[in-house]
Amino acid sequence: MTTLFTILFDGVAYGMLLFVLACGLAVTLGLMNFVNLAHGAFAMTGGYICAVLVNNQGWPFFAALPLAFVTAALVGVALERTLYRHLYTRSHLDQVLFTIGLTFMSVAAVDYVMGSSRIFIKLPAALEGQFDFFGVGIGRYRLMIIVICGLLTVALQLILAKTRFGSRLRAAVDDPRAASGLGINVPQVFAFTFAFGCGLAGLGGALSAEILGLDPYFPLKFMIYFLIVVTVGGSSSITGPFLASLLLGIGDVAGKYYVPKMGPFVIYTIMIVILIWRPNGLFGRAAAR
Amino acid sequence: MTIALETRGLEKSFGGLRVTRDLSLKVEQGARHALIGPNGAGKTTVINLLTGVLKPNAGRILLEGNDITDLPVHKRVLRGLSRTFQINQLYADLTPLETVGLAVSERLGGGGDWWRRMGTRDDVNQEVAETLGRFHLLDVMNERTATLPYGKQRLLEIAVAIATRPRVLLLDEPAAGVPESERHDILAAVAALPRDVTVLLIEHDMDLVFSFADRISVLVNGAMLVEGPPDEVARDPQVKAVYLGEAAHA
Amino acid sequence: MTAASDVSSHAIARARWRPAEIAFWILALSCAFLFPSRYLIMTDILRLALFTLSLDLILGYAGIVSLGHAAFFGVGAYSAGLLALHGIINEPVIALVAAGLVAMVLGFLTSFLVIRGVDLTRLMVTLGIALLLEALAERFSNITGGTDGLQGIEMQPILGLFAFDMFGKTGFFYSLIVLFLLFLLARRIVNSPFGLSLRAIKNNPLRASAIGVPVNRRLIAIYTIAAFYAGIAGALFTQTTALASLDVFAFERSADLMLVLVIGGTGYLYGGLIGAVVFKMLQELFQTITPQYWLFWIGLVLVVMVLVGRERIHRWVLWVPNLVIRQLFGRKAVVAVPESDAP
Ligand SMILES: Nc1ncnc2c1ncn2[C@@H]1O[C@H](COP(=O)(O)OP(=O)(O)O)[C@@H](O)[C@H]1O
Ligand SMILES: [Mg+2]
Repeated sequence: MTTLFTILFDGVAYGMLLFVLACGLAVTLGLMNFVNLAHGAFAMTGGYICAVLVNNQGWPFFAALPLAFVTAALVGVALERTLYRHLYTRSHLDQVLFTIGLTFMSVAAVDYVMGSSRIFIKLPAALEGQFDFFGVGIGRYRLMIIVICGLLTVALQLILAKTRFGSRLRAAVDDPRAASGLGINVPQVFAFTFAFGCGLAGLGGALSAEILGLDPYFPLKFMIYFLIVVTVGGSSSITGPFLASLLLGIGDVAGKYYVPKMGPFVIYTIMIVILIWRPNGLFGRAAAR
Repeated sequence: MTIALETRGLEKSFGGLRVTRDLSLKVEQGARHALIGPNGAGKTTVINLLTGVLKPNAGRILLEGNDITDLPVHKRVLRGLSRTFQINQLYADLTPLETVGLAVSERLGGGGDWWRRMGTRDDVNQEVAETLGRFHLLDVMNERTATLPYGKQRLLEIAVAIATRPRVLLLDEPAAGVPESERHDILAAVAALPRDVTVLLIEHDMDLVFSFADRISVLVNGAMLVEGPPDEVARDPQVKAVYLGEAAHA
Repeated sequence: MTAASDVSSHAIARARWRPAEIAFWILALSCAFLFPSRYLIMTDILRLALFTLSLDLILGYAGIVSLGHAAFFGVGAYSAGLLALHGIINEPVIALVAAGLVAMVLGFLTSFLVIRGVDLTRLMVTLGIALLLEALAERFSNITGGTDGLQGIEMQPILGLFAFDMFGKTGFFYSLIVLFLLFLLARRIVNSPFGLSLRAIKNNPLRASAIGVPVNRRLIAIYTIAAFYAGIAGALFTQTTALASLDVFAFERSADLMLVLVIGGTGYLYGGLIGAVVFKMLQELFQTITPQYWLFWIGLVLVVMVLVGRERIHRWVLWVPNLVIRQLFGRKAVVAVPESDAP
């Protein structure tokens, strides 16, 4: 019974992490119908920035996290303004080729600068180890992840539901043409959202170094997971990807615990079945656009 | 008179928007039937429902007495129901020769042949040549479709539809957007359609409608407003109101 | 001349062999005698060319974007390896066809998943299938040899006559013949009404179904055929290298494959062949500069090709091959993948 709770707890932590990592992709796909396979590269950027600041510059972990966010967001907005925006109207094939290219370049570049082995970020002592909670082992670090990611999710939900920017974004998602008819600067809204999504990915990358492992191949290894979150969750709201992330996180942790030999087999099978059954995602609306 | 095409209580909604409302329509064999109505009345949607591009929420569709509501698009074509599109739907990279050739091959049951080369079946060649000739496309048959003048593309739209040898043909605004200079060819092609083909025409050009149609249905907000012979419809006060109202807006 | 015979001759013209095409194949054959010390790399190019030809059939002709074409390559590779390792089928040609058929069955079964849905779903499903097979191969490492791969494959002589030699001469000619035969078949297919209907579907599926083309059935057919081709390419890989390991399924292999095809150009069959040559030459070049960071250069090539525009790049970089192809077809050689025409 207690293992069940531990699995659930680890799974939720993992899932929330995936959500923070992938929700930017949901926006890119949902708003602009743009296939961004390079999303993981932004996460990796955040992760490595945080690692360098903490390990080499001696920054405190919690001070480095915001910088991971900011750096990834800046890189995101720079790339969006210079490169990505030229590709919104291109075919999916072009988008796929382009973003795979970016991913490959980021992998090799990080390998060149930082080396190919997995790196660890020095954590403050307070985050290490577990404590016992009614017989259930609770990892401190994972608890912190649940807290941070939970707060972020609530904040995101509030921003989307309550702010002017949120309503503009929703209008732009629903119908870009009508939105620009209403005087909303859709490209600007998108650039900002894209940057924000990259920032979240960067933050996620920093947080995930401890759990997912951080090495130059991160963007390739987790590409499929990000895509699963978005395609299974659907891209019409953030609730869909959030639920999909939790499902994926718990499923993956449970799968690795109960059927360790099957590896990621279970996850891929479930994904394919879901996509066949509901091509627009479990929680997606029928045919966008 | 036999009924070539019939709908019974057809319904279609997009989200909350009811675009087709309880539509029952009968098109007689050999008729020249026009479906008119203001922009956004749901005319193209009716054609999409008839051809199977869209699935109705309720109602049935009968082709020559047989229920075709659940057939996929290509099966309806093989049963003799064909259409043109309001906005050209052609193959940008294919030539008119290939476009018409494929349509004829499919109808004659050779579309899936993977070992035979194109151009080696005499019956296909004969018919392709005849169709291209009828629609004045022989001179451009080797050009990429995307590079053809708009009027030629419109002609090709109709030629492809005819190449499937339909018994019922649905024309969605065949003259839409064609420059005045090329208009004559289109009107002549429409007028010269074989008499045994039943035609349902959607058109905004009232001259064309009244010179062509022997029966007119008026669609407003997805529902049938009036149906009857042209002179009756022309005199109908409701129709006048709709069209005058639209004219006042325009 | 009557209109009908005119139509016929124009329709056949597309399928006619051009002098430049014949020259291309003579050149390919003469490489065997020009570079006798380079059989191994040339065999590598031939295999890659066949694999890319397979992708061209679905992407260039039918417009199906796949992120996991390595699935079929891998299945073909392991099938050929297991057949040889356990002495089930010793004759390489029969084993080759058998391995192709295994991949073909997989292609047929998965085609139903792939034809559903939009581009994005297709990307995910194809990627998912390849990853799933990789995971399976890892799981059943007692059969597949896991990360070490199949060990100790020994190939019997082809048709009992031609033994594989250490310089790769036999392997080269074997691969060249297989490629040529399958190329002829592909050429026949794309110039048939079936091939024409695929191009129609790629251009405009809505219109294709509106003239009576059974779109899904055609897509299933070509996807299955392409799987057979990819399986053969994989089997050739195993037979000529006596290797098969997990990386036959790798995502990088599928991604490289797309790069090869877009380098050569889609939709005219020679793209895969030319792309394979250029790709391997690029690989040699970059690996002499920075052997470790080859991935960076692939990425850069992809990014630049897309940003500058694949068509424009082709006009600049590949103007010699393009000149040849313009000779072959008398039309613009590079057929870009058009964006789907919104209804
Ligand atoms: N695929 C669709 N999704 C949502 N709304 C649609 C769709 N197709 C048509 N409509 C709506 O249905 C109404 C009727 O459209 P249409 O049939 O094209 O009219 P018409 O051809 O008479 O001008 C319009 O308001 C249009 O916006
Ligand atoms: Mg219309």
